[in-house]
Amino acid sequence: MNWADVVAVILMVGIIAYALFGGADFGAGFWDLVAGGAERGRRPRAVAQHAIGPVWEANHVWLIFCLVVLWTAFSEAFQSITLTLFVPLSLAALGIVLRGSSFAFRKEVQRTSSQRNFGAAFASSSVLVPFCMGAVAGAIASGRVPSGGQAGDPWASWLNATSILGGVLAVAVCAYLAAVYLVWDARRIGDEEMVEYFRQRAVGAAIATGVIASIGIVVLHDDARYVFDGLTSRALPLVILSAICGLGSIVLLHRDAHRGARLLAMGAVATVVAGWGVAQWPYLLPTTLKVEAAAAPDATLISVVVVFLLAAVICLPSLGLLYVLDQKSLLQADESASPEPAS
Amino acid sequence: MTAGLVHVLAVDPVPWARSQMAFTLAVHIILVPLGVAWAFMALVANHRGIKKNDPDAILLAQRWSKCMAVTFAVGAVTGTVLTFEFGLLWPNFMGRFGGAFGIPFAVEGLFFFTEAIFIAIYIYGWKRLKPWPHFWTGVPIVIAGIGGTASVVAANGWMNEPSGFTLNSAGKVVDVDPIAVIFNKAMPLETLHMLVAAYLVGGFIIASVYAVAMLRGRRDHYTRLGFLIAFTVAAIAAPVQMLVGDEMARWVYNNEPTKFAAIEMVPKTSTDVPETLFGHLNAKGQVEGGFKIPGLASILSDPADGTSTQVQGLDSFPKGSRPTNAEVDVVHLAWDVMIGLGTLLALLSVWFGVVWLFRRDLPKPKLFLWLAAAAGVLSVAALEAGWTVTEVGRQPWIVFDYMKVKAGATTNHGVWLTFLVIVGLYAGVMVTLAIILRKMARDWRNGGDDGPSGPYEPRGPRPIEDAPERHVDVPVEVPVEGPVEVEA
Repeated sequence: MNWADVVAVILMVGIIAYALFGGADFGAGFWDLVAGGAERGRRPRAVAQHAIGPVWEANHVWLIFCLVVLWTAFSEAFQSITLTLFVPLSLAALGIVLRGSSFAFRKEVQRTSSQRNFGAAFASSSVLVPFCMGAVAGAIASGRVPSGGQAGDPWASWLNATSILGGVLAVAVCAYLAAVYLVWDARRIGDEEMVEYFRQRAVGAAIATGVIASIGIVVLHDDARYVFDGLTSRALPLVILSAICGLGSIVLLHRDAHRGARLLAMGAVATVVAGWGVAQWPYLLPTTLKVEAAAAPDATLISVVVVFLLAAVICLPSLGLLYVLDQKSLLQADESASPEPAS
Repeated sequence: MTAGLVHVLAVDPVPWARSQMAFTLAVHIILVPLGVAWAFMALVANHRGIKKNDPDAILLAQRWSKCMAVTFAVGAVTGTVLTFEFGLLWPNFMGRFGGAFGIPFAVEGLFFFTEAIFIAIYIYGWKRLKPWPHFWTGVPIVIAGIGGTASVVAANGWMNEPSGFTLNSAGKVVDVDPIAVIFNKAMPLETLHMLVAAYLVGGFIIASVYAVAMLRGRRDHYTRLGFLIAFTVAAIAAPVQMLVGDEMARWVYNNEPTKFAAIEMVPKTSTDVPETLFGHLNAKGQVEGGFKIPGLASILSDPADGTSTQVQGLDSFPKGSRPTNAEVDVVHLAWDVMIGLGTLLALLSVWFGVVWLFRRDLPKPKLFLWLAAAAGVLSVAALEAGWTVTEVGRQPWIVFDYMKVKAGATTNHGVWLTFLVIVGLYAGVMVTLAIILRKMARDWRNGGDDGPSGPYEPRGPRPIEDAPERHVDVPVEVPVEGPVEVEA
């Protein structure tokens, strides 16, 4: 294994982390969007807001991490991707601004109409951004981003079967993860009604995600042959593992088991993202640019590895502290909008 | 898509890409001082609050951290946009130089991550964490802010003084030396200059809010404390910045003569160069208008040689490799604005410092508070001007002497559209941010809404009856519009 491979693995770790943490965050926005009118949706929204309040910025740092690793270690691929996928990436960037700021603002306003406006902006952009990200992944997987720092088709590159599938799948995955996490969060603040509310939705989202992923296999067969071949050969164990985790989480959710569903849901998502990476190996841009050919000089790659190790030493324990304090309810929004525990 | 749409979108992307980058950076840079310096000021208040058992100081720290949560969120998303823009606007620059230029950003990611984590712990930890452990969770925010600033400025310094790499015959980056990339020649002084600026601007912005409050007649301990902490930070930074800036200018004279010629607006190489205040270059490239102070530019460039110091003029650099006349006008004006405002703010700081030293009180004249109230906006103007000097002064290069801005830009024709959308979106976000911060302040003034209870309550189930004074229970459903008359 050379340095380029190591950095490619690091990049994959970043993408998985973004899918697991950022994804759940987007998903919370999805449930916010479909929670219904101001009155009916008040409690699910409160649970969602309570859950992501302290952790959302940390969750989204993973995106920056991925972009920085990509442009530093694989500059040429970054150039091709940003030139080709200008439209979905621009939409994602705008969506991120809208989402982050309206979420922060909503917490600080009291009037229902202002809350509703910020809430709508927050929720709709929570769906737009993962869709765009999924479409970008689909464009890369289906070989529509050319190598050599060239621009591919600005529209067909991301308006095609694989990209649309990628976008829809990303939204579904986010919704699935978020619903599973929110079951936990609702239980933590002792709101049994919301536990049930999100439990049902988690099962529904899990099934929907499974169905979309199965359709995806057919789409990839016709549209992204290299990745399809990879998924059905060397990445097959990961695909099977993902399916088992997904099914397991549905069973646990259905039985209302208190433990394990979250972990299995995370496993299902992590393995499917890793499966994509393994399936398109050794290509960064299938099938024109290999990881090794795209890589920066060794000294640059080593710097990225060193920074990653430092991050593992400094940031992971800190992140652990954040999540532990959060899960122990030691971090509480100091605001009137925080949901009171139901008696 | 249709040919018609393609035709409509076929606009030269370069000027739009420059405008969009400039605009988004100009907005983001206002949030930087708040991100870097506000946490420090909140910790000063927090420390005082615990040590001297001063509830006003604790309240101040608590409220500041609530506002910080909002400004940090907006700073994080505007920063994310900049990350995207490196690809969306400058893909050809990143494709070629990402392997070197990217390294400081990788380091920055580390600091940003740490900052995001601890800011969440600190902001949300007020109620349930114990006082001292909670205080210490704030310290990494300050350190990460300094490290993050140093990393980003290192990247900017590298654009001014690229080093730590070689290009092969195909123009590809090979043989990178990461240490030499990060610690490029421009990095140390530029970093120091920006860090001091962050504390200066952050301090003046916050102090100006309390100066306005005092002008409106609120002279209570709480308001005074808010003013004093912030203004003291700024008042220490401002004179220091004069010295750092002076050193920096001489460094530019020695190392970036093209930029220096633009700064001082010197058309022809000569000695005994006057310091021109304002003025512009006419069509023939000669200085027109403005006030001239004979010999001063030479003297300041090298005090040892005085007026006999030679300053390289714009004419000693080929036309396509130096800023255009219009750009020189911008650089020079921005320079004058930065120096003028910086000097004014330093004088204001000295006034405050002297009076405080002898009388342990604020200067009496109302004029002081008026100036302090204006200092927030003025310091932001100085910051923007300084950044304009370094960026426009580097034109037409994106990587000095290696790549021109035009060559680094995207070829996507739709940038004009994203520029317009982003201007609209940012305007909305910034106006809303201002309104919300104002509203938070107003609600607090009107007696409460600091949440259900005060800080540092005992762990375990939340007691209901022990809310200390100043803190008012606001039930979830009740919209707070008018004043709530429960102030103790």
